[in-house]
Amino acid sequence: MNSGATQTSEDLRDGGRALWYDKVGLLVAPIAVAAMFLPFMSFAANRIVEAESRSILASLPQTYAVMLLAALGVAALLLLVRTSTKLRAVSAGAAIALLLVAAGLAADHLSADANTYARVRPASGFWLLLFAFSLGLTDAITRLRLRPTTRIALATAALGALLLLVSSGLWSNISFLKEYENQAQLFWREARQHITLSVGSMLAACIVGIPLGITCQNQRGTRSAILNTLTFVQTVPSLALFGLLIAPLSWLASNVPVVSALGIRGIGTAPALVALFAYSLLPITGNTLAGLEGVSTSAREAARGMGMTRHQRLLRIELPLALPAILAGIRIVLVQNIGLTTIAALIGGGGFGVFVFQGLGQASIDLVLLGVIPTIILAFASAVLMDAFIDMSRKERREHR
Amino acid sequence: MIEIDAVSKIYGAMTAVETVSFNVEAGTVAAIVGTSGSGKTTLLRMINRLVEPSSGAIRIDGEDTRTVKPFELRRRIGYVIQGYGLFPHKTVAENIATVPQLVGWERARIDQRINELLDVFQLNPAEYRDRLPSELSGGQQQRVGVARALAAEPHILLMDEPFGALDPIIRNKARDDLSAIQKKFGTTVILVTHDMDEAIQLGDMIAVMDGGRLLQYDTPQNILLHPAHPFVADLIGQNERPFRLLSLAPVSTAVESGDAEGAPVAETATLRDAFAEMLWSRRSALPVVSARNERIGRVTMDAISRRAAKMQ
Repeated sequence: MNSGATQTSEDLRDGGRALWYDKVGLLVAPIAVAAMFLPFMSFAANRIVEAESRSILASLPQTYAVMLLAALGVAALLLLVRTSTKLRAVSAGAAIALLLVAAGLAADHLSADANTYARVRPASGFWLLLFAFSLGLTDAITRLRLRPTTRIALATAALGALLLLVSSGLWSNISFLKEYENQAQLFWREARQHITLSVGSMLAACIVGIPLGITCQNQRGTRSAILNTLTFVQTVPSLALFGLLIAPLSWLASNVPVVSALGIRGIGTAPALVALFAYSLLPITGNTLAGLEGVSTSAREAARGMGMTRHQRLLRIELPLALPAILAGIRIVLVQNIGLTTIAALIGGGGFGVFVFQGLGQASIDLVLLGVIPTIILAFASAVLMDAFIDMSRKERREHR
Repeated sequence: MIEIDAVSKIYGAMTAVETVSFNVEAGTVAAIVGTSGSGKTTLLRMINRLVEPSSGAIRIDGEDTRTVKPFELRRRIGYVIQGYGLFPHKTVAENIATVPQLVGWERARIDQRINELLDVFQLNPAEYRDRLPSELSGGQQQRVGVARALAAEPHILLMDEPFGALDPIIRNKARDDLSAIQKKFGTTVILVTHDMDEAIQLGDMIAVMDGGRLLQYDTPQNILLHPAHPFVADLIGQNERPFRLLSLAPVSTAVESGDAEGAPVAETATLRDAFAEMLWSRRSALPVVSARNERIGRVTMDAISRRAAKMQ
């Protein structure tokens, strides 16, 4: 994580041999420059006809296009040349903001003399540019070694800016936002469902998985049985597991009144939750075990030698020391579940997958994007949040004041 | 007083400790010396019941340790382990507060005790209270480990190779500090070490163990002069015997009237220090001064060589 920062100072110490270019920049800048000449937008007169691609020059009024190209060129150059990390972060961030605004303007420009059925969406050039500058931005942010709270604040601000962009109407001519506007109510309902499924199954897995990890550590005999079972579950393909649960759950629902009274059916939320929960158990149990195993024998011995009871040792010493590893397990589960929840739509579980499968069925790439983009944003945001929590929990590695 | 009464520990076919008996008087230091695998650590750990004896009994002030719950027994006995075992996620103050919190001291009393102990161990409370163990040097960690063990004012302190991880210069200072603190608090100390020098320097009594058996339990003087077993003699080292003997006594025990040339030696220095100084400065006698720097006589090479000989 911090190799970037140490690398910089090493190179500076080398003096004469210091490189004039940045290693990440060397990867990112050529991608960005090449992407400037790829199709920026794709335009179709309606949903049926094949789309045509438009370069940046063709997508925007000429002055805007030239200004955008110049600005992106400068940003790419700043990433390529060794400059201050702060400047790199700011220029990459500015380039991303510029791209997002330009996409909206381009959509307006291209739809100006077309009918309402016209479909305008970002094309490969836009996505590559976004990818390149995001890579530059995350690299710079990592090297800045910001405090966890600052990172959370930055991520929140970015999400807020994105929501502002969506609600401002600047993107209203981009095709998948047209889909969004058509079904905004449904979108937010599925968003809630997506979060409920992925976070709910994660919480349930914590409630079961952490004690399971503790059991594995205490009773060596149970370890291989528990871990092998969980590993087996992990190897079942996700689609199959979702399907396999339909039969037992519908049997339960029709034979046990309490179960059906709870609203549990063979399809819908219940099997989705159960399947996601099953997938979450291995990372959480495994990481809890690894974290507990990582507690030094001398700390463990000292706790025992000073007269702590089994409970006190667990709660005051072992679990706090295992916390970073447990949180790392939760991070894996959260990101994994946000992705997997998409598939839950197939068995009526809802979530963003609804749009993906609807889109696949109707051969509508816009609907697919309406499902995929928020899923990626959600996964990314939760990764940033969890990483910040993990850093905060590593109290014993605090840097000297 | 701690009475170790015919204590054995048997693991399957292996006898780790075989019917060991000895008593440690209150307020004294007993050093258990032996090579690795001698059963010395197992014996130490049976005193606070981290290991349960297979047979025999251990009594503290007449009370059989088996009548007390293990965790309650351990809260009454300070324990310093090899590598200190400081809790890496807790500050120095929180580490030291561990046992007082377990036995339910009030916050104010705990705070006062933490500051008192940090002062005793020459760690400025304002500076060190809120540090994490990773922010301390090895010597500081060792001192915090001992301070933590003494926090709830135990009468007994068990130490397992407490100086093993320190470099030689710091180790000597740490031993001196421990001696001073032991005298200040009047704690009974049982210390496990593989280092005969350490045992001689710190122990009022030395227990030599080998293969699970107690070979000799005696004063350092008697261990040096009358080793009861060839292994004990080996452990002392024949060439080292006279010097170790000299290191046991302070200069004050060999002072005679008269004067001598050159820089004086303090009466609290060991005879070994005085001997080394004589060799180094090619003098056959040194003036001796008291703690208040008053001349109180001299010590001669002759007196020292008499003290270093086998027959006294």
